[in-house]
Amino acid sequence: MNTSFNRAVLGVLTVTAIAFASASSAQDVTGAGASFPAPLYSKWASDYNKATGVKINYQSVGSGAGIRQIDAKTVDFGASDMPLKDDELAKKGQLQFPTVIGGVVPVVNIQGIAPGQLKLTGQVLGDIFLGKIAKWSDPAIKALNPSLALPDAAITPVRRADGSGTTFIFTNYLSKVNPEWQTKVGEGTAVNWPVGAGGKGNEGVAAFVGRLPNSIGYVEYAYVKQNKMVYAQMKNKSGNFVSPDDTAFKAAAAGADWAKSFYQILTEQTGKDAWPMTGATFILMHKVQDKPAQAAASLKFFSWAYKNGDQTSDDMDYVPMPVAVKAAIEKSWSEIKDAAGKPVAFK
Amino acid sequence: MNSSRQAKSRRASPWADAMFGGLAKGAAWVTLALLAGILLSLIWGAWPAIAKYGISFLTRSVWDPVQEDFGGLVMIYGTLATSLIALLIAVPVSFGIAVFLTEMSPGWLKRPLGTAIELLAAIPSIVYGMWGLLVFGPILAKYVQIPLQNLFAGVPYLGALVAGPPVGIGILSAGIILAIMIIPFIASVMRDVFEVTPTLLKESAYGLGSTTWEVVSQVVLPYTKAGVVGGIMLGLGRALGETMAITFVIGNMNQLDSLSVFQAANSITSALANEFAEAASGLHQASLIYLGLVLFFITFVVLALSKMMLSQLKKGEGSKT
Repeated sequence: MNTSFNRAVLGVLTVTAIAFASASSAQDVTGAGASFPAPLYSKWASDYNKATGVKINYQSVGSGAGIRQIDAKTVDFGASDMPLKDDELAKKGQLQFPTVIGGVVPVVNIQGIAPGQLKLTGQVLGDIFLGKIAKWSDPAIKALNPSLALPDAAITPVRRADGSGTTFIFTNYLSKVNPEWQTKVGEGTAVNWPVGAGGKGNEGVAAFVGRLPNSIGYVEYAYVKQNKMVYAQMKNKSGNFVSPDDTAFKAAAAGADWAKSFYQILTEQTGKDAWPMTGATFILMHKVQDKPAQAAASLKFFSWAYKNGDQTSDDMDYVPMPVAVKAAIEKSWSEIKDAAGKPVAFK
Repeated sequence: MNSSRQAKSRRASPWADAMFGGLAKGAAWVTLALLAGILLSLIWGAWPAIAKYGISFLTRSVWDPVQEDFGGLVMIYGTLATSLIALLIAVPVSFGIAVFLTEMSPGWLKRPLGTAIELLAAIPSIVYGMWGLLVFGPILAKYVQIPLQNLFAGVPYLGALVAGPPVGIGILSAGIILAIMIIPFIASVMRDVFEVTPTLLKESAYGLGSTTWEVVSQVVLPYTKAGVVGGIMLGLGRALGETMAITFVIGNMNQLDSLSVFQAANSITSALANEFAEAASGLHQASLIYLGLVLFFITFVVLALSKMMLSQLKKGEGSKT
């Protein structure tokens, strides 16, 4: 009892000491927020550390917490999967820019159905998650898949239990294409789900779908690819059925008007090959910097990542931003200034 | 004379006593201050929700982050129902374990079996959660839920009580996982207190011709009831506050349309763990903190009740003898 108490005290002291030690070194840059791009940011950070010696600490705490931390200025940059509207940004005096693009993909577990065989529309997908379409043999699904042998079994919808950017992209898309979804449920990182079991994280949803026969869920593209899950094709705004892959996500990103604002939600974009459930993930920074050196270090990191990080993104199944958008982003950074009004230099 | 000289030779430092006394007192007060601080900060954080919903928060079952409309009934029900199921299972099982270990087990088995049960307490709760989701859930669905559903299909009430998608997650599986998690706590406390029953008392009872059951129920239990209640409360406290294991197997669904034990539900801790990181500051966050406050209150009431129960038991003791 006594020794374990001593050990606990020692542990607390050590942790505190480490916390102070890391807080005191000025070179380090700290960011916090979205968990979706966290694996990529970590990889970028370790590559960047090897290249320059600068340490980037990224805490994957969730978009909501990331926004709270950047509002409180406890971190140098915040990260969110859900873009902030321009007027909200202006009110907070913050700037946002996208880093990479990802896709949300419906996955199913139906016996005898291979990846990409099942075809769905947004209307049908919404009705399934509303509980209106309860069986795989429903005429609405049959009509889209006349050649598939679908079982006369109840559909088990699976969704995220935790608030997440993935859910935001998914529900934002359903709100755009299914009017009943928009009025009954709406969009957000967490919503009031009418039906379905909730899994924690992408891995939780993937585990449920893998385990439950006749289930349908939605996960990030990387999970589909790495776990070889059975995905469904979706009908996009142009009326084509598309499969989720890099080209389909890029096509969706190309359709957005980035020149006007970085507030772009990439769901249901026009474009022949565009995947309808696409979304970018964003970085938030204050426009007026109390610590311009930290801001410069953050921007240098992202500038480096835009230049050298695309291969890493590809390897990890994220989609890099189009070149033209990257240029526009770096141009927008001139709005980040120190207290005297001088733009923070990042080059 | 001799003794006083000895006392003098000890190093006398009058301030040391005072300092130690102060430190000890300080430690006690700091704990109390922390408790008050936590309570105050919870109330402070939850204030927007308290101001908006007041006490009706406890009876509203809606939880809609999009429309910013919140109520805690679903989670409160989930927390209480899973803990109740856990106790219903864990208390008799733990009692059996403790009686076996103290009264019936052969000597060579006592130590390994006791250690094995205590080791159950060392398994991290997330492991229980994953095991529940990947191993236990399917077994429960296949061998319990589906047969029960077939058996009760069409039977009113009973049929509804076992309805739900056959996936093996929900209130019942969460309760069973919780039971497994709290059994080691309750069982080891029960065993320890059973062991302190004086052998003289037990042997006298045996000598009068009592059966093992009579000894346990008439001698051991009355002698150890305070410890037994304490052990159960320890388990209940753990069950109420458990998070990770519950999150994996409860299904995280905000519904109360069906009281089926196989229906996905939600608990306070699970809702907090899932939604807090992504909750926008405002009513959503305040409502989550309000839920935390409710949990704080529930555990407080449980503790207070157990203390009251113990003092009642003690009073009863005096009058009986």
